[in-house]
Amino acid sequence: MSFQSLIADLQNFWAHQGCVILQPYDVEVGAGTFHPATALRALGPDPWRAAYVQPSRRPTDGRYGENPNRLQHYYQLQVILKPAPADSQELYLASLAALGIDARGHDIRFVEDDWESPTLGAWGLGWEVWLDGMEVSQFTYFQQVGGIECDPVSTELTYGLERLAMYVQGVESVFDLDYNGVPGSGQITYGDVFKRGEREFSAFNFELADTALLIRHFADAERECRAVLGRGLALPAYDQCLKASHLFNMLDARGVLSVTERAAYILRVRELAKGCCETWLGDREAGGEPK
Amino acid sequence: MTSDHDPNGAGRGELLLEVLSEEIPARMQRRAIGNLTELLRDKLAAAEIAPAAIHGYVTPRRLVVVAEGIPAAQPDRTEERRGPRVGAPQAAINGFLGSAGVASVEECEIRDTGRGAFYFAIVRRPGRPSAEVLPELVKGTIDELPWPKSMRWPGAAMRWVRPLTSIICLYDGESLPLAIDGIPIGRSSRGHRFLSPGEFCVAGADEYLEKLQHAYVILDPDRRRELIRADLDRRAAELGLRVTPDPGLLDEVTGLAEFPVVLAGAIDPDFMTLPPEVLQTAMRTHQKYFSCVDHDGRAAPHFLFVANNLAEDGGKAIAAGNERVLRARLADARFFWDQDRKVPLARRVTALKQRVYHDKLGSVYDKVCRMEALAAFLVEDIRFPYHSLVTSAEAGVQGNRSDPAAFRGNDEHEDKGELGKLADRAAHLAKADLSTGMVGEFPELQGVIGRYYALADGEDPRVAEAIAEHYKPVGPKDICPSAPASVIVALTDKIDTLTTFFAIGEKPTGSRDPYALRRAALGIIRVILEDGLRISLKSAFTKAAEVFYLQQGVSHWQERVPPLYAELMSFVIERLKVHLREEGVRHDLIAAGFAQAGTAESDIVHLLSRVAALQTFLDTGDGASLLIAYRRASNIVAIEDRKEGFARSSDVDPSQLREAGEQALAIRLDHVGSLAGVLIANERFEEAMAELARLRPSVDEFFDKVTVNTDDANLRENRLRLLARIRDTMNRIADFSQIEG
Repeated sequence: MSFQSLIADLQNFWAHQGCVILQPYDVEVGAGTFHPATALRALGPDPWRAAYVQPSRRPTDGRYGENPNRLQHYYQLQVILKPAPADSQELYLASLAALGIDARGHDIRFVEDDWESPTLGAWGLGWEVWLDGMEVSQFTYFQQVGGIECDPVSTELTYGLERLAMYVQGVESVFDLDYNGVPGSGQITYGDVFKRGEREFSAFNFELADTALLIRHFADAERECRAVLGRGLALPAYDQCLKASHLFNMLDARGVLSVTERAAYILRVRELAKGCCETWLGDREAGGEPK
Repeated sequence: MTSDHDPNGAGRGELLLEVLSEEIPARMQRRAIGNLTELLRDKLAAAEIAPAAIHGYVTPRRLVVVAEGIPAAQPDRTEERRGPRVGAPQAAINGFLGSAGVASVEECEIRDTGRGAFYFAIVRRPGRPSAEVLPELVKGTIDELPWPKSMRWPGAAMRWVRPLTSIICLYDGESLPLAIDGIPIGRSSRGHRFLSPGEFCVAGADEYLEKLQHAYVILDPDRRRELIRADLDRRAAELGLRVTPDPGLLDEVTGLAEFPVVLAGAIDPDFMTLPPEVLQTAMRTHQKYFSCVDHDGRAAPHFLFVANNLAEDGGKAIAAGNERVLRARLADARFFWDQDRKVPLARRVTALKQRVYHDKLGSVYDKVCRMEALAAFLVEDIRFPYHSLVTSAEAGVQGNRSDPAAFRGNDEHEDKGELGKLADRAAHLAKADLSTGMVGEFPELQGVIGRYYALADGEDPRVAEAIAEHYKPVGPKDICPSAPASVIVALTDKIDTLTTFFAIGEKPTGSRDPYALRRAALGIIRVILEDGLRISLKSAFTKAAEVFYLQQGVSHWQERVPPLYAELMSFVIERLKVHLREEGVRHDLIAAGFAQAGTAESDIVHLLSRVAALQTFLDTGDGASLLIAYRRASNIVAIEDRKEGFARSSDVDPSQLREAGEQALAIRLDHVGSLAGVLIANERFEEAMAELARLRPSVDEFFDKVTVNTDDANLRENRLRLLARIRDTMNRIADFSQIEG
């Protein structure tokens, strides 16, 4: 099963569960959770089901394309089910079965993992899902986002697509993944698509990115976010919050933040996220459409 | 459980409670079932329907309690209530009858209480049937069960550790109506998630236990644990190996499977050149695998793990998957192993400037600089037991609290010079491995990795060992370093940590101890005691403070040292008391032995020899009898002092000593007092105690022959002072007033 058909199968599975299939959000984020379709939609009473692939940027995880398991840019497939269905675990297992992973022939385990995102002011309880000893997904019941209680609680599923595909294809290096499933000379591997990016972005993230510029851009994004929040526009403000969050991740990768500075930056992003979440809900309470 | 009863359990007072949920974290399971069982037992007892037996079981998905012999109903209760006086106004009588639920005054008894005749109503309250009491009681138990972290989920009003799936609550086969919002309650359950999909119904506990077994669930955690243990041994034996025992991991994996199946996987031989600690950490912490050794105790290229499934292929696919995961982890580790060794540790030290230790304490590099300065000081200041300094290895681990005569003084310049070089180098390199990729990946291997890299760099093996051991002891079961260079760096690290965090006001409060300062203090205590080190903590803490204040450029730092030292020493003494109590030393002896010292005494070995000598002394007949005499003397003095409103002195006027008994005692007290002072100053506690013991005949004679309460006021006062002198002389050695029993 090629990387792209694995994605297609999962999207099909969740489409049949009534999810809207969205496209990736077009701002750099560290995880699929940050997509407004999860972070904001997890709040408020309206039912919501969505699934989408989200490129995730983790500047500190870059290894110049030299580590077979570590990437600064990788894909998550994110599913949000609101309210959390009573058979969430069964649905998840059925999605694995749809990829041809039969639970009876493998060892699938739900291992404690309490999820927390300090920058989003969010937390939930759930598990890492282990497939024959490999963590392939995160499973979370959202309790809070932006410091606000989630009511109803949602189920959030995050598939680590590269890991899952490596397992299914039985390859040892992410760069050897068969991306398009074309045999012979037409085959494109994950390395063909992304290896150069890993090398270049690792160098940029760790060595080049202008820290003074990053610090300035962070302050700009923060100011813009607050200004837009002042006009009651949740979504554009949230974009600025995401930008600030990514700039913070870049600063972190450049290793220029002391422990207190780091904590202070996290707090600043959390304040923005909180404001965006409140504004998002405020629109709703004022009688507007859920945006 | 026997089966000659009604299969439904009817009539034997049986309660079956199963709370089925999504996967409960392994680390919480044991405590949860313990709490649930205890809560239920307490509530049943409080409702006067205590069961004859009650058992709790836990798996990753269920908490189960089976109780037997619950009485069918609460006992009837008879209450007696006193009403108004006979002849009271009718309204008062009617009010009483109404509140007691009695129809007429004829049903009341009239009794004379001695203060007049009163109406008494005897109210009989029949016990409620257990079936009626239980639902609320069980619900209360479920509601009150505490979890370290709990969550909400849609449709349920309650919180639990993870969403609840269903509840079975049967009393004598009847399903009890629990009012738990949104959770299906009945008599059906589910077995193993994959091996036995589908639901089953039960009529009682016997059937439940039997069906569960058929549904691939081993309910009893002790049995699961034992099965896993036996299978691990068997699998290892099949491979010609032994499994490395790991009780903590065994407990954890017991909580991760309802139907445990032990499988084996192979490790690529290429990885076996990695340090065994790296292999073990990658396997244990990250993957929950057990490691194996061959018959020579060498790490074997196999691992064992516990799956929660019985696969048709005998687990081949599962093992292959796990092997692949481990391969990826070890490939990472080998990458770091190869990369890291390209840069020697010595060249990594300056990189520690980039690493913040604490905002107010500077970088890790700053800490290393302080450690170097303090290490040089300690090398000169510590006295090691003789054998330890010479042989360097293995000595002192057994907790030797040996005779001070076995110590050499500071005259072994040659040894100290060598030790100084080793300790300086080790302190310099101690933290360098923090900047390696390997420690980034496996933080728990800090120090250990430093040793490997130091050896690879050609450092002295004693330096490498000191780098590895300087974090020790990590936990209460961890051993203390004993090689001199290791001891110096281990103490240096901990003394610097304690001193600097106290200096910036970061002291532990209550349960909050984010910088593990209690552990650092205990580490200092254990290293000193187990290695029998003679060290003045006063000079060590003072030096550490000086180094820190100078590094920070603090002005007038000298003024800050004495209060800082007092805080540090009383903190260490507190930890020492806790440590000794845990070791089984009597707390009153600790108090008595420490009382005279205060924070002035900062040599822990010295302090402890007081306590030990005191213990020995009190175990003798002389000791026991002197303790009685001490109490008698100090009680009399205390009473008289109180009467007169002042504390009398113990200055005895020799001219007022009339009788032979008092003269002899006064001479003896003078002698013992001066001698004991000298002996204590020279740490000869046992001899000081022996001197004390010689007081006994004179004290006994004094109490036998001399009357304190004479009519002559001057004589009486002098004799009271003599008693006070007994007290004070003995208190010079230990505070005998603290001793109990």
